[in-house]
Amino acid sequence: MTEPPGNPVTVPPGPNEQWHRLHPLSPLIQAGRLLAGLLSVLIITLAQNLHRGYQARIPDLILVVVLVIAAIVRWLVTRWRLDGSTLRIETGLLRRDSKQLPVTRIQAVDVVRPLLARVLGLAELRIRLAGSSDRADGRLAYLTEQQAASVRAMLLAAHYGLDPATPEPAEQAVSQLPAGRLVAASLLWGGLTFVALALVVAVVAALAPWHVFVGLLGSLLVYALGLATATWRRISSSFGFTVALSPDGIRIRRGLLGTVAETVPVRRIQAVSMVQPLLWRPFGWCSLRVDVAGHAGHDEGSRNLKKDLLPVGSTAEARYLAQLALGHEAPAPSKPPRSARVKAPLSYHFLAAGHDAEMAVAVTGRLTRTTVWMRLEKVQSVRYVQGPVQRRLGLASVYADAAGRRVHAVFRDRTAQEAEDLLRDLAALSRTARRGETHEAEVRRFPVEPGGGE
Amino acid sequence: MQVDTGTDWMAPSVRLWRMRRAQIIAVGLVAALAAGVGAGVAGGAGLGVVSGVAVLVIAAVSGVFLHRKFRSWAYREREEDLLVSRGVLIRRVSVVPYGRMQFVEVTAGPMERWFKLATVQLHTAAAASNARIPGLERGEAARLRDRLAMLGEAKAAGL
Repeated sequence: MTEPPGNPVTVPPGPNEQWHRLHPLSPLIQAGRLLAGLLSVLIITLAQNLHRGYQARIPDLILVVVLVIAAIVRWLVTRWRLDGSTLRIETGLLRRDSKQLPVTRIQAVDVVRPLLARVLGLAELRIRLAGSSDRADGRLAYLTEQQAASVRAMLLAAHYGLDPATPEPAEQAVSQLPAGRLVAASLLWGGLTFVALALVVAVVAALAPWHVFVGLLGSLLVYALGLATATWRRISSSFGFTVALSPDGIRIRRGLLGTVAETVPVRRIQAVSMVQPLLWRPFGWCSLRVDVAGHAGHDEGSRNLKKDLLPVGSTAEARYLAQLALGHEAPAPSKPPRSARVKAPLSYHFLAAGHDAEMAVAVTGRLTRTTVWMRLEKVQSVRYVQGPVQRRLGLASVYADAAGRRVHAVFRDRTAQEAEDLLRDLAALSRTARRGETHEAEVRRFPVEPGGGE
Repeated sequence: MQVDTGTDWMAPSVRLWRMRRAQIIAVGLVAALAAGVGAGVAGGAGLGVVSGVAVLVIAAVSGVFLHRKFRSWAYREREEDLLVSRGVLIRRVSVVPYGRMQFVEVTAGPMERWFKLATVQLHTAAAASNARIPGLERGEAARLRDRLAMLGEAKAAGL
């Protein structure tokens, strides 16, 4: 490269200015994925029609041929081009669909590789734009893996106004999930439930008549099958879970058969919650997830995404990741007054909450302990709620709401006086936090600068 | 509960109470008549009168409760945020910063239109915020709507 990094230049006319096709094997994968869904149906019909000879299979064959042809036509009419500041994707035979994705508005670039694509060395690129709906996302399915990586680097470089030839800076790996822990944690819940159920069945077998036992055994088997699929899905989707820092946010890689490299845009994180289920606590395990704001818009504002930052890990790991995602050290929570034990006897042992000038923390839960951290600049409203029992005891709860459904930090069962102070302080603090943060947040919370990886 | 010692708490129009009263009287009378006639046909005149009166008493009690509920509504525009206070059994106070408002909605149902009232509702990106002020007189509703829209635009902040 000739230009020094960090120096904005216009894109030189070159191979980027031409229209590109997607990879020629794309229709195969697209048709293949559709066919996989149909396969079970096909097998059943095939098995039924086996004795009737080949004529009975003609409808199935026609269906397959139509799917393949549709995928090929789709590939033929799809083309994309990156010219300096815009990524254009055109597709559609009858209804032409032309997408313009301005690189300045790119929020994240995800790389998705389903199993079939992975076998063929291909990958799909998903370009997400800030402040628009899912339908506006750009999808390039499929490119070769190298091409996908280089287009991603090019888009990010263009987004930051760098020379498009700038290679993508190296990601900083932050944490990796050991396979053993994932499998153990996933099996723990399913396994224990199954053992408990099996015990019930065994007791019934000893006491009840034979036909009742056979019936129970059948439903136990069905339940076990469901449990096994759910556990398998959990393991295969979170396998090899790696968290890294990249220029477009916190980058998560995961997957056993098909892999996903997705990006959590740090600025849109509303709240981070750490969940410690009862069965995990003896091992010191927890999971960490973030609430990411949906797309800004009038009726879509409350649509939110929950994403795992850590499927299962130690609390120390979770706290470190939470601090990374929030860019601020968590304040220490304090317990509510003793009288709260009367109102919340089952959850008093966990209840705690606290805040400082920038962040609120709240702990709740009966069997599962949930800790929520929320930056005050994300607070949408503050609510004071006092029920009849609380009034009798001189208590009240304060909710700090962030964008989305049920995304809040609850200061549950504080004294009424403290709650009133909280209502006033949280409103004032979130106002100052909002003013200070809007401009700085972007810069301050990205440890990796583009162009730094050379 | 008063959050600040401010004096500019405002309440919905007294016409909201008149509307609620009209509703409860209408519903109470119809229900009492139905109960009275029904019970009277089934079990004699005495039972009919007793059940009619019982329904009227229930209506009166809920009227008292509705009056307290009506009186609990209050809102206050501060420099940076709107406060809405409501509820008898469960007391709630919401603080919604103007900068967080996504849009303001003014609605008026058939009954409200009859009494020349309107409901103003603020929407933020948080589903729980839901600051609603019912029973405002039309002029006040329009003033509040315009003021909130103007302040929301001036102080708007991203997600």
